[in-house]
Amino acid sequence: MAAATPSTVNRRRFLTDSARMAAGCAVAGSLLAYVTRDARALPDQALRPPGALPEDDFLAACIRCGLCVRDCPYDTLTLAALGEDGPATGTPFFTARDVPCEMCDDIPCVAACPTGALDKDLTDIEDARMGTAVLVDQENCLNFLGLRCDVCYRVCPMIDEAITLDVRHNERSGHHAIFAPTVHAAACTGCGICEKKCVLPEAAIKVLPVRLARGAPAEHYRKGWEEKDAKGAPVVEGIIDLPDRLPGPGTDNLAAPGGYEPGLGAVDGSAGGFRPTFQLPEVRQ
Amino acid sequence: MSTTGKVHLPTGQEALEKKGWFGAHKYLVLRRLSQAFFLLLFLLGPWFGIWWVQGNLAGSMTFGFLPLNDPLILAQMMAAGHWPETTALIGGLIVLVAYALIGGRVYCSWVCPINPVTDAAHWLHVKLGLQKGWQPKRSARLWILATVLIVSALTGTIAWEVINPVTMVHRGLVFGMGFVWALVAAIFVFDLIVARRGWCGHVCPVGAFYGLVGAKSLLRVSAVRRDACDDCMDCYEVCPENQVISPALRGKGASTPLILSPDCTNCGRCIDVCAMDVFAFTHRFDDHVETPPDAATDGRPREKTAA
Repeated sequence: MAAATPSTVNRRRFLTDSARMAAGCAVAGSLLAYVTRDARALPDQALRPPGALPEDDFLAACIRCGLCVRDCPYDTLTLAALGEDGPATGTPFFTARDVPCEMCDDIPCVAACPTGALDKDLTDIEDARMGTAVLVDQENCLNFLGLRCDVCYRVCPMIDEAITLDVRHNERSGHHAIFAPTVHAAACTGCGICEKKCVLPEAAIKVLPVRLARGAPAEHYRKGWEEKDAKGAPVVEGIIDLPDRLPGPGTDNLAAPGGYEPGLGAVDGSAGGFRPTFQLPEVRQ
Repeated sequence: MSTTGKVHLPTGQEALEKKGWFGAHKYLVLRRLSQAFFLLLFLLGPWFGIWWVQGNLAGSMTFGFLPLNDPLILAQMMAAGHWPETTALIGGLIVLVAYALIGGRVYCSWVCPINPVTDAAHWLHVKLGLQKGWQPKRSARLWILATVLIVSALTGTIAWEVINPVTMVHRGLVFGMGFVWALVAAIFVFDLIVARRGWCGHVCPVGAFYGLVGAKSLLRVSAVRRDACDDCMDCYEVCPENQVISPALRGKGASTPLILSPDCTNCGRCIDVCAMDVFAFTHRFDDHVETPPDAATDGRPREKTAA
């Protein structure tokens, strides 16, 4: 009758209690894990301070103490309030359109971080990548309409590096230029000053998280012209010059390497054109 | 039963009569002052522009050179796979050493901003004479503590900070509340209706952690004059962790009068409420027991003879 001894009873009780606790904790732990997973979704308009680790690592490192917030001289940063702001509760972020990052030389927010959630390896603020500016709305951007607003370009702390004005022909007027603000992601810190200063009621240029703002070239892609420059000669010997497709409707507008021939083109024969090398078979009517 | 006349007195009534209001509430008042003090330290900056202390309970910087960090958060961080920088390590170490000396759960009763909430819930609970409700084992919080560390490791996040009401309330007061008040209300209701002393006594892994930190702490409450105990049970009534009292108070002979359980929060409420001044703060190596000379002549029935 070993079952009746106190030690067996105690053992049985211990095992039952432990199993109950373990099961309860498994349920509670799963819920907690779900909530932490949910908290990882950083809204697109919320930007992390300079030097912030990638979001997954950031949530392992940020203790939500707010020291970066306190040391920001421009009150750019805030801690996300529970249920009001999108980012994980208590973590620091800023919204470019409200208060952008002024890119202090001494990066006080990074200096203040006690845990390394803001990486101390960031010593030059120009290396910060808080996001990437994207001119999201060419239809409303004043410069793209042919006006000379230029504000985003002028206010950019990395003027002529992160944003340039690329001159192109204004097709609408036919004889003006468009000074297209063009972001160069390699130099853009994502400070958000361009978005803040955009004169439109809703900014036409916005700072997006890098994952949204940028594509990525495939590992194996090589740019022929770069390879050619590097080699100083064509990369492939004896390459066959294939016909080029020309702009315009239709599928038979392929031009031979011979190129432009005067008097070929349009109906009246006055303009030049390209002689198609390959013709589609005549379509029976 | 009528010989003592104390059985039917409300809790603390006798101490009140004997020691006066302040004498019977000394540590309670000091504790509230301490809680307010630590909160005010952090609020001096945002409210009055006096930036002696920056940050919050999760991590702070005092006078620009003294870092203090919550070691439980650092433990979760390490479990999540991030090794903190030296500043946080030093800050965490200072906090660990301090609480290891003065009693880990001193954090709970003298600093934590949730304590006034759960104390208020308990006060109302007693006023309304509610049932004690759901009482999971005291060890539940240790299981939850382990769960929190495991979830941190599995998800690669500081998991408990997603819902930790302690740091959330503190951060809310210092940086902006958001919907933290709803969390406070939830804990209040939980302690009031679902489980008496539920949050701090059974659930909170922060308290469990600090209990472990202070398991061998120097500062302890001792039932120094336990021979004078008249079994009024007031200390059991006010103690938030009253399982810690018996081994010390009911111990006989050479058994230690010290309350050595890591669950004791060193709140000192038992000292306040005892008309016989049985309890006192002392250190863990002071295990002497005083026998009051008037104990036998005082006319009160003693523990051993009362039955």
